[in-house]
Amino acid sequence: MTAALRFDPIRLPEKCRQLRKEVRAFLAEEIAAGTFSPFKPNREDTDVPAFSRKVGERGWIGMTWPKKYGGHERSFLERYVVTEEMRVANAPTRRFFVADRQSGPILLKYAPEHIKMDILPRICRGEICFAIGMSEPNSGSDLFAAKTRATKTEGGYLINGTKIWTSSAHIADYMIAIFRTSQPTKENRRHGLTQFLVKMKQPGIQVNPIGQITGQYEFNEVVFTDHFIPDDHVLGEIDGAWKQATSELAYERSGPERFLETYYVLTELVRAVGPEPDTRAAEGIGRLVAQVHTMRRMSVSVAGMLQAGKEPVVEASIVKDIGTVWEQQLPHRVRELAAFVEEEVGNRETLEQQLSFAIKTAPKLTIQGGTTEVLRGIIARGLGLR
Amino acid sequence: MSESENIVVETAEKIFADLADAQEVNRDKKGEWKASLWKALTEAGLPLSWVDEDLGGSGASLAEGFGVIGAAGRFAIAVPLVETMLAGWLLAQAKIAAPEGEMTVAPASPRDRITLDGDGTLSGRCRGVPFAKAARHVAVLATAANGASIALVEAGAARIEPGLTLANDSSDTVIFDKVKPATVKPAPRGFDQTALMLMGGVVRSLQIAGALESMLDISVRYSNERVAFEKKISKFQAVQHNLARLAGESAAALAAATSAADAIVTAADFAGDAVFLEAVAAKIRCSEAAEKGGAIAHQVHGAIGFTIEHILHRYSLRALSWRDDFGSESYWAVKLGERVAARGADELWPLVASR
Repeated sequence: MTAALRFDPIRLPEKCRQLRKEVRAFLAEEIAAGTFSPFKPNREDTDVPAFSRKVGERGWIGMTWPKKYGGHERSFLERYVVTEEMRVANAPTRRFFVADRQSGPILLKYAPEHIKMDILPRICRGEICFAIGMSEPNSGSDLFAAKTRATKTEGGYLINGTKIWTSSAHIADYMIAIFRTSQPTKENRRHGLTQFLVKMKQPGIQVNPIGQITGQYEFNEVVFTDHFIPDDHVLGEIDGAWKQATSELAYERSGPERFLETYYVLTELVRAVGPEPDTRAAEGIGRLVAQVHTMRRMSVSVAGMLQAGKEPVVEASIVKDIGTVWEQQLPHRVRELAAFVEEEVGNRETLEQQLSFAIKTAPKLTIQGGTTEVLRGIIARGLGLR
Repeated sequence: MSESENIVVETAEKIFADLADAQEVNRDKKGEWKASLWKALTEAGLPLSWVDEDLGGSGASLAEGFGVIGAAGRFAIAVPLVETMLAGWLLAQAKIAAPEGEMTVAPASPRDRITLDGDGTLSGRCRGVPFAKAARHVAVLATAANGASIALVEAGAARIEPGLTLANDSSDTVIFDKVKPATVKPAPRGFDQTALMLMGGVVRSLQIAGALESMLDISVRYSNERVAFEKKISKFQAVQHNLARLAGESAAALAAATSAADAIVTAADFAGDAVFLEAVAAKIRCSEAAEKGGAIAHQVHGAIGFTIEHILHRYSLRALSWRDDFGSESYWAVKLGERVAARGADELWPLVASR
């Protein structure tokens, strides 16, 4: 076989059952207290610092990290349960989710000890928010075309240039960004970029909001003008960011957030059709449930393989490819199936509002965090085609 | 997979590779390969994998048998191996000893019924029974007023109207008109026709997933050989992205089918939500993958894949026709949708998250 894909039928361990109960009870309390509404999917509009701290107090941020940095040394499968329950409940996780999934693990691997001791415990307590500085006005999927310069100066670097489409930059306390420290070489066009920890809300950083087609202002342009970053904020090898970018991606690509982004419309459709749907609605719902079940089994399988120390890079890319395409199509399928829902059904307005938001959100799902085209290129490489 | 599972599956794979090579089977218009393959499979005890030794079988585990079925899918095996396995498994539920030779099961559709009448005879009409014409015995799940029964019937006692699948394998209508079974016993408590359909559906799902693995494999290989516009077609981005999508469909089918098989291995019975959701979802998703994935495999191959000489159709047409057995994806989607709706919106996520 040229391509032996593996999706072991991994089950969540028994201890996840209790954890799931705790997470659901916590979310129910927060919903009852009015912190957020599970029916309002535009959670990115709600910035709830107090919610993040409560999640931190529960020990659900940095769950897999070492205890000495404030982590809890639990498994990726336990983290999986917390992530999916929060996502399905439409909980406002934006303040801590990026740090929990991506930024924290990068710091754990590449930051000097004193920075880890300073920042990681604050992430775990839900006190600080991270952004990711990858894209630039002329460098999106082609990461290695980044031009924003980090010029060596005494004790650190001066940053000049612009990052763009940076989610949460307007509320973020830190950003992990890549900047150009050298020109690419003839042999390696990926050479010359370095990963940095950027402290936001400092001189030389201007954050300009960008409106999105959903009506939200969730991403930003971030302009750096002679912004100073000290030497100890370099993460990993100078000029060698390209070597560091790949290993974390499996975690980033295959989580429940990669197929559950618009899941709420399916729940609401089931509510709208009632206990005795017609054949058309029943078949449509049955197919969608079969599809989401399959996606989840694939995603849990990758999480379990990662936990076991394997590197299912191709499998993780497949999960994101078909997961994001699925969550993008879901609101359109639900809209079709909802066409014959009775006028007077109780949740009609909720369903319509959700569909409107989900349909507007859908286009970004196959772009953010690695486009479908980039993912299929990675899969093709794994298949031995390039 | 445990070591013993590996040994059983490797035995099957070796026999398939030696005696059911797709290229050679495709060339053999008279079907002479079938007899030697069946003989080797029988000598290895594979057709009765799921029958305990005291009932005449080889006593392999459920997991080992599912592994063999996945391999049979990868080789698009067209002798009634998995049907005989399923029949032996059905008979074993009622502790009926399995006879020698090819078997199949009836009904093979959730919409057909065989009734066990007061006089001890079986009546009913079953369409799409795989390999009935080739079978010496049929394992029957019959329904009666007081519950389900399992019966062993000599194939000659029923009337068989021959039919063919998309892949030209036999798929026949079997008519039981007051047929006296060789043996009949009550099914264990809770075992009914739905249980047989779910098991059959998972078997077909594993075969589809296996066929898709092979379609991906031969499509990737072909794209690395075929030259057009002065380069290998694997270097064209459009072809790469198509193959990446085929990999996705193959992966989804594999994940759904192996997860459903695992659910059956670990479940106490077929009655709960766990097996129902997993088995039904696998049949739906694998059937969808058979369509989408098979179309891409053909697209990559171009005209050569549309010829009878090329082996692609052995996998693509079987995967498509396996969708129809033991309940189509549309049938199960309606049943799953009805169950989800009856439980209510707030029970959907707990159901999905329970697996």
